[in-house]
Amino acid sequence: MTAPINPADSLLERAPQALRDLVTSHFPQPWRWFANGLLADVAILAVFGLLFAALTLAERKILGRVQNRPGPNRTGPFGLLQPIADGIKMLSKEDIVPRDADHLLHFLAPVTLLASAIMAFAVIPYGRNLVPVDLDAGVLYFFCVGATTELAVFMAGWSSHNKYSLLAAMRALAQLISYELPLLLSWVPVVMISGTLSTTGIVAAQSGWRWGWMPTWHVFTPWGLAGFIIFMVSALAESNRSPFDLPEAESELIAGHLTEYSGCKYVFFFMAEYFGMTALSGMAVTLFLGGWHAPLPALEFIPSYAWFGIKLISLLMGFIWIRATFPRLRMDQLTRFAWKFLVPLALINLATAAFWSLSFGWSGPMLAARCGVALVLVIVPFVLLGRRLTAGLAPRSYAYAT
Amino acid sequence: MNALFLILIALVTLGAAATAMALRNLIHSVLLLIGSWIGVSVFYLFAGAEFVAFAQVLVYVGAVSMVVLFAVLLTRRSRLDISVTPDSLSRAISAVLAAGAVLGVLLYGIVFTPLPGAAPKGPSATVKQLGVELMGDHAAALLIIGLILTVATLGAVVIASNDPKAEDRQ
Repeated sequence: MTAPINPADSLLERAPQALRDLVTSHFPQPWRWFANGLLADVAILAVFGLLFAALTLAERKILGRVQNRPGPNRTGPFGLLQPIADGIKMLSKEDIVPRDADHLLHFLAPVTLLASAIMAFAVIPYGRNLVPVDLDAGVLYFFCVGATTELAVFMAGWSSHNKYSLLAAMRALAQLISYELPLLLSWVPVVMISGTLSTTGIVAAQSGWRWGWMPTWHVFTPWGLAGFIIFMVSALAESNRSPFDLPEAESELIAGHLTEYSGCKYVFFFMAEYFGMTALSGMAVTLFLGGWHAPLPALEFIPSYAWFGIKLISLLMGFIWIRATFPRLRMDQLTRFAWKFLVPLALINLATAAFWSLSFGWSGPMLAARCGVALVLVIVPFVLLGRRLTAGLAPRSYAYAT
Repeated sequence: MNALFLILIALVTLGAAATAMALRNLIHSVLLLIGSWIGVSVFYLFAGAEFVAFAQVLVYVGAVSMVVLFAVLLTRRSRLDISVTPDSLSRAISAVLAAGAVLGVLLYGIVFTPLPGAAPKGPSATVKQLGVELMGDHAAALLIIGLILTVATLGAVVIASNDPKAEDRQ
């Protein structure tokens, strides 16, 4: 019998910090914090830059497979070098700016968007003690950085001096503002229950096991499940992903506010979309899926950052899967879905979380009553609102060709 | 070092605001105004008020800026239509008098407010303390502000909605 090793002390678990200390120990003490921060920046850019490249390839491959075609397979083995080829092509493309465009704003828009997308990575806890900046109001910081997205989209649309771009930018703004509300409301219950706005605090609130095996992640509570689904739907819309990709809609609306962008600036928009998607997924993992915690006590030997990565990549694959299978929404359906369905559900979810918080001490048979009441509070409004919203539209009857 | 940083923030904030007033292109002015708001939030961050700084960005840069931009885009007719010369001498004089009165009140407030000599090193308030204060002692004020904002939102909805039945009656 060997004594169980504390998972926090294992070699792999401490490896990132040991590596960091190895590098930054060469700096004088007063500059150590600066070197640490710089190193965290480099690590984030390297890891998520590579993840971006891998994601573009995975997305094209998976979309191809779903649509019964091979996907990119000419560059390198299995098309693995496709991201590099794409990068060379995009960077060597001519940067065309319309003559009447507002040159400064036309340049600033992609830069603002990408900068805000990268800044969002600062507060996500990637593993045990692995958080670049541990802010007291980390969740608030994450969403206040995201608020500049709308500004960048407006700048892109307006500065292009193209009526399609401007109209598309207004359409994109209507979508972003509509879905910002359910996105912000969906994480308020998490803050209510955890009692903290700090991302590390929220992850700490999800540690431990119920009955010795069930993780106490927020997604396994009725309000957490509802909040997670609302969060992910809003995150899809906020990052302009299908089925909410109306701002771009390449095939129908000539790429919206991106019409007048080419070359490197277009890549910036593209990168910002994927970075935003990754950051929102990382926040979803932190808020609802227990952050870097392992799903079972027996699996704690796998280092925490690996668990975070597994959860993050699963969510991203979910994004791609949804893109492959859902048709695009129309503009009025899109806004109606946000205001008449997601916002009321998110508000009711606040009440569910309040009930959950008040019934904290209930145990024994009352625990079943607690779960039952919370589930009723989640499911009944969902069914009622869904019926009202689809009245006259669903269920549809399909006539198959014979 | 700190003083230098403070002066830099103030220069950027005030400079952006002043340039916003001087520019003829309204969209540029709005964007500079947003820059000025970001400067204010940086000042809050500098003062150690994280929560207020993030709330400032979330509310002003995220929401108020959109309202202003939409208002500018929907009301502007042409770049040449915007008149900057006053219609008459009496209007110009009254404008200067009104602006001067506001400046006087502000200056009076700034100059004659008794400030403690040395800035007291207050306890750094956490978000939790702020929340407890807001929900405890200042709950009434919070509720009243919420009510006013809700009334404003409802008013906007009433103005914006076009009720087909009401149009039929006319």
